[in-house]
Amino acid sequence: MPMDWILGLFGGLLIGTAAALYLLVSGRILGASGIIGGLVDGSAKHEWAERGALLAGLFAVPAIAAFAVGGSETHVTENWAVLIAAGLLVGIGTRLANGCTSGHGVCGISRLSLRGIVATVFYIAAGGLTVVLFKHVWGII
Amino acid sequence: MRAFISFIAGGLFGLGLLISGMTDTTKVQGWLDIFGAWDPTLAFVMGGAILPMALAWLFTKGRKPVLAASFPTPPKPEIGRKLVIGSTMFGMGWGLSGLCPGPAVASLSFGGAGGLIFMAAMLVGMVLAPPIRRRLDQPTAAVYG
Repeated sequence: MPMDWILGLFGGLLIGTAAALYLLVSGRILGASGIIGGLVDGSAKHEWAERGALLAGLFAVPAIAAFAVGGSETHVTENWAVLIAAGLLVGIGTRLANGCTSGHGVCGISRLSLRGIVATVFYIAAGGLTVVLFKHVWGII
Repeated sequence: MRAFISFIAGGLFGLGLLISGMTDTTKVQGWLDIFGAWDPTLAFVMGGAILPMALAWLFTKGRKPVLAASFPTPPKPEIGRKLVIGSTMFGMGWGLSGLCPGPAVASLSFGGAGGLIFMAAMLVGMVLAPPIRRRLDQPTAAVYG
């Protein structure tokens, strides 16, 4: 377990360094839902190259790293109904709230943004309640 | 040059998600599962990520980005329905699947069919969001009336 925490801290430092690089050089917020959402709904057409390059790195580097160490496991559920419901909730929710774990969580909290803190409290509380209900009460996940 | 920086930032982000274990849905759901075998790893990841980013924000004061005209201005400190409803919906989906947008992209190559289905549904949700956002922007009476 402590090994997991050390890897968590080290991985977290890499995530924060990535966000700091993107902010200090490109002047932008490293928020995954905003970067993807702006491409999908067409609101960021003029930035497609910059955003596409970021998503390419986000996809390709872990793909190569995971391949190099012999694969990685996501343990994602095989229940398609749960996956579809979850994907829709995450897609709609992050675009309504204008941010997810990276935008509100990492980038918002680090500048003591009230919106970032409130969003994080709500998504962690909702996530915790969802796991309790769907896992322990209803046994669906 | 901006695209190159984007690629590097995205790659570091993805590597950090993989190393920290955040592409493993059981670790994310383990953090949310306070009545089960609670896994505190996510708190270490968040703390580790916030630290360099907090320093970066301090560094922005009185300066300009290397490759842009200005730093993003803070959003209006407005806690509206969109923020609360949206974050609650996001949290529900995050709890159900253990996935959020960053790790969903980072794990796409090894996440199997499940990862692809989640990604497809998330993209559909992102297309559906703008009309819902416009509706929530209207006064309450217009939403329920």
